[in-house]
Amino acid sequence: MAIRTRMSGNEATAYAIRQINPDVMPAFPITPSTEIPQYVSNMVANGEVDTEFIPVESEHSSMSAAIGASAAGARTLTATSSAGLAFMWEVVYVAASSRLPIVMAVVNRGLTGPLNINAEHSDSMGARDSGWIQIYGENNQEAYDNMLQAFRIAEHESVHLPVMICQDGFITSHAVENISLLEDEPVKQFVGEYEPEHYMLKDQEPMAVGPYAVSNYCMEAKKAQAEAMIRAKDAILQVAKEFEAISGRSYGLFEEYQMEDALYAIVAIGSVCGTAKDAIDRLRAGGMKVGLIKVRVFRPFPGEELAEALRKVKAIAIMDRCESYSAQGGPLGAELTAAMYRAGLDAKTVNIVYGLSGRDVRVEDIEQVYADLREMAEEGKTFAQYPYLGLRER
Amino acid sequence: MAALTEIRWHGRGGQGAKTAALLLADVAFNTGKHVQGFPEYGPERMGAPITAYDRISDNEIRVHSNIYEPDYVAVVDDTLLHSVDVTKGLKPEGGILINTEKPKEEILPLLKGYSGKVYVLNARKVCMETMGNYFPNTPMLAAMVKISKVMEEETFLKEMEASLAHKFEKKPEVLAGNMAALKQALTEVQ
Repeated sequence: MAIRTRMSGNEATAYAIRQINPDVMPAFPITPSTEIPQYVSNMVANGEVDTEFIPVESEHSSMSAAIGASAAGARTLTATSSAGLAFMWEVVYVAASSRLPIVMAVVNRGLTGPLNINAEHSDSMGARDSGWIQIYGENNQEAYDNMLQAFRIAEHESVHLPVMICQDGFITSHAVENISLLEDEPVKQFVGEYEPEHYMLKDQEPMAVGPYAVSNYCMEAKKAQAEAMIRAKDAILQVAKEFEAISGRSYGLFEEYQMEDALYAIVAIGSVCGTAKDAIDRLRAGGMKVGLIKVRVFRPFPGEELAEALRKVKAIAIMDRCESYSAQGGPLGAELTAAMYRAGLDAKTVNIVYGLSGRDVRVEDIEQVYADLREMAEEGKTFAQYPYLGLRER
Repeated sequence: MAALTEIRWHGRGGQGAKTAALLLADVAFNTGKHVQGFPEYGPERMGAPITAYDRISDNEIRVHSNIYEPDYVAVVDDTLLHSVDVTKGLKPEGGILINTEKPKEEILPLLKGYSGKVYVLNARKVCMETMGNYFPNTPMLAAMVKISKVMEEETFLKEMEASLAHKFEKKPEVLAGNMAALKQALTEVQ
């Protein structure tokens, strides 16, 4: 029986962690993810989990402790945001290259500066080339569901990579909304016991983790890591299928909303997609054929699959909640247009930067984006290739 | 009861406007509604103006934006009337609820000609008479339920009793005062 209740995205994440009952959780608090270690500490104190909670002195230490624990053979998890993730930087790469199945709840917040605490994807997007799998959620339900699937993906025999489960700071982390939770037992069955094949505390198999690799071998190690990232696509889909069997909720690499006959589409990530769905329903009521692709998995990037889903669309707005200072747009824009080019697509595109530092996006803003796409496709109107949505004029 | 009711809360950091918004979402959920309760943070500190929001709906809520045209507004601190445009976008069919010790006539000129209903509640008086401590969000929550009619008053009180009993599990002595504050606010809001 599903448990119908209401809670915030952070609480939902902590609820999932309780059900997963990981072995070790090192963490250092940072807004807006602070509540996650706070809830878990309470659970530890109340004896609701067997987790060893390690209060560390910094995020560099939390990721280092996570690497040590995971290498030793423990199912390990942490949580962070923004500058916390930035402070982990060096060791974030070590976790991935050591092929450690660590899970990290990332409550997305912009990197400083100007100093701000609100939602933006610059923290996790900055780590997009670190070798971690990245899965993004639209709301508290998806934050919960994605967290439950995370260890199955990370520990999958063909993957062995760390996973970030991302949600939008405050917008979903601090919003209390309806949610459907699973009971403890089916979650326990689904997540399963962690039985690593190789780990440092295995006395029959002495090993080193993270040693120096000479140039003769280093490139092969990186290639093996890259291959694992490619294989992760199938693993993510397989785990999603099994999750659907226990939850009734289906997940893919991305979600298509009203894409079947869509002429104009938005491709975006995270909570803005809910707002876009409301805009689509309004515009469709007036006969405008509009659709949305919500990217759930950004790493591995489902380039071919996205291009296929966009094949019949005339104009596309690719929306980045992140400025990459590349002088030509954001990360989703860069990667998706590259994938479209390889697939031979020539739909018109515009790469929109929106929602930086929590700048609010309204249904009306999204309606305007679709109106612009229509003008671009039908009337040949040209727009700046890299506009900002909702920028103040003064 | 409307299919969708949207409420905006104005308060100062530390007064519990966010808690009131989240509590309202909580009790509305218990009546079978889809809910969304969320804060909007500026520079977070005691005394700074803060905003919080509620959506209470018969249907699934997917939108994740702030509320610009609320049905109702609650102002937890009347000093905000001088610095925050509290009636901005407020629907004339709706209403505004203000916590103040002043008579309604003194408040009306500060509302920029808002044509909808104006309600006042002396939450300080209610708090001091029932709890002996100033937690304005408790009576304001009850008054908001009354004016917005998002649920029956009886249901509200029943749900709040359960919710507060849970929240104050370790301080059961404060339950009676909180319940008395809610009931008194329901009768004293004008």
